[in-house]
Amino acid sequence: MAEDCMQDVMATVWRKAHQFDPARASAATWIFTIARNRKIDLLRKVKRPEPEELPWGPQEEPDQAEVFAQNEETERLKAAIQNLPEKQRILVERAFYGDLSHSEIALETGLPLGTIKSRIRLAIERLRHAMETETAR
Amino acid sequence: MITHHVSDEMLMGYASGGLSEALDLVLACHVSLNDDARARLASFEAVGGAVMDAETPAEIAPDSLAQTMARIKGNPLSETVTPHQKAPVRDTSFPKPLRDYVGGDLEDVRWSSIGLGVKQSVLNTRSKGPTARLLHIPAGQAMPDHGHNGLEVTLVLQGAFIDEGGRFARGDIEVATEEDEHTPVADIGEDCICLVVTDAPLRFNSKLAQLAQKVLRI
Repeated sequence: MAEDCMQDVMATVWRKAHQFDPARASAATWIFTIARNRKIDLLRKVKRPEPEELPWGPQEEPDQAEVFAQNEETERLKAAIQNLPEKQRILVERAFYGDLSHSEIALETGLPLGTIKSRIRLAIERLRHAMETETAR
Repeated sequence: MITHHVSDEMLMGYASGGLSEALDLVLACHVSLNDDARARLASFEAVGGAVMDAETPAEIAPDSLAQTMARIKGNPLSETVTPHQKAPVRDTSFPKPLRDYVGGDLEDVRWSSIGLGVKQSVLNTRSKGPTARLLHIPAGQAMPDHGHNGLEVTLVLQGAFIDEGGRFARGDIEVATEEDEHTPVADIGEDCICLVVTDAPLRFNSKLAQLAQKVLRI
């Protein structure tokens, strides 16, 4: 089923390529949202509720300065994630990857739920701080 | 503790795909109406993208590419955005994700009375788990005093209500947990319409309300 889903995601990426706006998100983020949505659509057999689109769509010519800024931000975010303390990074990865809820992660790791939540909260704070510090320079 | 905005935890759950269908719906609606939530969601999705990017690739089937190309050829190009989807959001309209569940807008909702002038419409979420419903409270009217056995998330679509947590107007979201007992009162001037998600039956305090609860599946 994973293979099936993956092919479905790739085909979707291809079909929707003209809707991708590189000034709004990195390609990886865009693909991540497509993969997340398709997976849920398949599991629930009903489309996952998505926010209403903003009134403007992708521009004909994305502003190059914005695209450049977006790419820079993406690199900084990746670095900030890698720089998290090991335990926090692993939790953030599992939260997005395995799409486990906090309770499910607690069951798997044997860690108390409170510890999981505060570690993820700490990780988010560190990521925020890392991104803000970079911007302030 | 009653909070006025949705927590990082819940927004991250929505971004990573770990929430129930009903919670997905109320959060999709909240993000549609609230730019701050929309921006925060985008940042969590960026984390998801970065995590995915850093991951080592998995093994795929040898004919994966051929099969994927076949899918692409077999399907038409993606739909262009219809004028309906592009229509600007009017003050009284439902966000698109809600319109999809209602099959229309506010005027298309089929209401059932639950007493005291309050009306509800339970939405058809297919998955098991928390339910989502629309509530219509006449201006100035209170909801019966109740506690919850679990989580209650309320998004205001029209008008406003006031309770212990403050005043909540269109686009505002209230998250109440088990310990919270509150009596929301619709503000005067306009009927209040909310989208409410509960993951356990509400616990009404008066005998009459408890009876009504059994009958009406609240």
